[in-house]
Amino acid sequence: MTETLAAGRASARRNRLLGSIYARNANSVMARGVLATRSTNWLVVVSGFFEPIFYLLSMGLGLGALVGTVTTTNGDEVSYAAFIAPALLAVAAMNGAIYDSTWNVFFKMQFSKLYEGMLSTSLGPLDVALGEISLALLRGALYGVGFMVVMQFLGLNLSWWALLALPAVVLIAFAFASFGMAVTSYMTTFQQMDWINFVLLPMFLFSATFYPITVYPEPIQLVVMALPLWHGVELIRGLTTGTVDAGTAWHVLYYLVMIVIGMVFTTKRLTTLFLD
Amino acid sequence: MPEPVITAVNLVKKYKDFAAVDNVSFEIAPGESFGFLGPNGAGKSTVMRMVGAVSTRTSGALSVLGLDPDEYGPEIRSRLGVVPQADNLDTELRVRENLLVYGRYFGLPRRQIASRADELLEFAQLTERAKAKVDDLSGGMKRRLTIARALINEPRILLLDEPTTGLDPQARHILWDRLFRLKEQGTTLVLTTHYMDEAEQLCDRLVVVDKGRIMAEGTPASLIASYSSREVLEMRFGSGHNADAGERLVGFGDRIEVLPDRVLVYSSDGEAELSRIPSTGLTPITSLVRRSSLEDVFLRLTGRSLVE
Repeated sequence: MTETLAAGRASARRNRLLGSIYARNANSVMARGVLATRSTNWLVVVSGFFEPIFYLLSMGLGLGALVGTVTTTNGDEVSYAAFIAPALLAVAAMNGAIYDSTWNVFFKMQFSKLYEGMLSTSLGPLDVALGEISLALLRGALYGVGFMVVMQFLGLNLSWWALLALPAVVLIAFAFASFGMAVTSYMTTFQQMDWINFVLLPMFLFSATFYPITVYPEPIQLVVMALPLWHGVELIRGLTTGTVDAGTAWHVLYYLVMIVIGMVFTTKRLTTLFLD
Repeated sequence: MPEPVITAVNLVKKYKDFAAVDNVSFEIAPGESFGFLGPNGAGKSTVMRMVGAVSTRTSGALSVLGLDPDEYGPEIRSRLGVVPQADNLDTELRVRENLLVYGRYFGLPRRQIASRADELLEFAQLTERAKAKVDDLSGGMKRRLTIARALINEPRILLLDEPTTGLDPQARHILWDRLFRLKEQGTTLVLTTHYMDEAEQLCDRLVVVDKGRIMAEGTPASLIASYSSREVLEMRFGSGHNADAGERLVGFGDRIEVLPDRVLVYSSDGEAELSRIPSTGLTPITSLVRRSSLEDVFLRLTGRSLVE
């Protein structure tokens, strides 16, 4: 027995990178999510994919016939469909990421005690956060890739830069998943959860999604530019229309910061809730 | 004496000003079956969470398998099995999937998990329900699945928080039988309970806890011997009359306890006490002579019943 204890101490000492919060096994949390999704709610997953596509068809092709062309921030003239398609691509990534990282996480935290179970194994809170966020990210990326295929068929990818929209979609999904889970982890009631929708809908409508940001007076422009979706819209629009500049780097940086903030707060909150 | 697998010295857990666990010390030897007996809210679950490395201590020292849980949470948890008070099975997964996925949380190889899962389904008598949904299982089956899940990493120590609360008598007996087998195989069992029969069935040694403190420690038999008489005479005089009857029974037995619903007379010979009752003019509605139990020990130590 004494030997086992000593061996335990020795192996424990070898295994410490992020101390007690990370066991390098986020994979298992993500695998669990994939298995659970596979066996339960496929229909919900598929339905979320079509939402932005419907917007693209009705507004881009329908309304687009009336609008004609639009001038982007960088001064390019593009068809209305090509103008809103990248914005809707960013929305697809956001939506996919948000579904799994908000309501699903809320349910797991409040009702199914799933995380309590996970955290009584050798997993740490960072494993759980990373695993769940990766799952949400995966869904956002799937929606995004599907949407890009549709864009390609409709001839709305105007530049080779559009290939880089794929990693951009992953980045956007990662940021929204990370931030979404962090916010959700502080929610305790259904009413508070409704606030998330209350924020998401106007952000979807007003983040220069359907028209250039220049229609707003300057103070309102600043507000929109502070919101996360605008950065996704601009980032992807720049890539699919082929105008990449210094602004692109700022958008990427914005999301990187968002990812880090989300991860730190999610991990902190999980620690407080389940490892008090 | 082998090195203890768990050692706690002056363990304290405070939530703001409230001390849920107040200066608790104990040692648990490998292979031992150790119990915390006490009412709801006594601090049992908090001790279990600290031992399970999911709750940090306010002060005192704690060592689990030679490691400090505040520092080596994941390492300790990887060698423990945990059965929480409320089942937290993964309802989005099927029965066998619950075991497979849980095994992966410990980073175990898939092949090893798969064969272990089949053994554990057999052990938990759930082989035929392997593909069932968790929500379709009975309470006793869910509990057995939770225990099977806790064993997936072949833990040295199994922590059980109120393992049979809420189960019907038959399901409890099946569960006790399974736990007894684990004990025979050398697994260290640490359990909390507010059922004295459970404590008597399963524990080699136990501590009686109340309000975050340890009131007494010993084997079930030694606790009964030191804190109670051999037999107890229980009498009911009808609601409202028990207190009055209690006063008139002063001098009977070694000690008298008056509860709202009955009067207890502690004595080495219950029948002899019962035969003297008519001389007082009292007529109990019901009377019963029984052996002393841990319930009586708890009553003696705290002045309250275990299940209130």
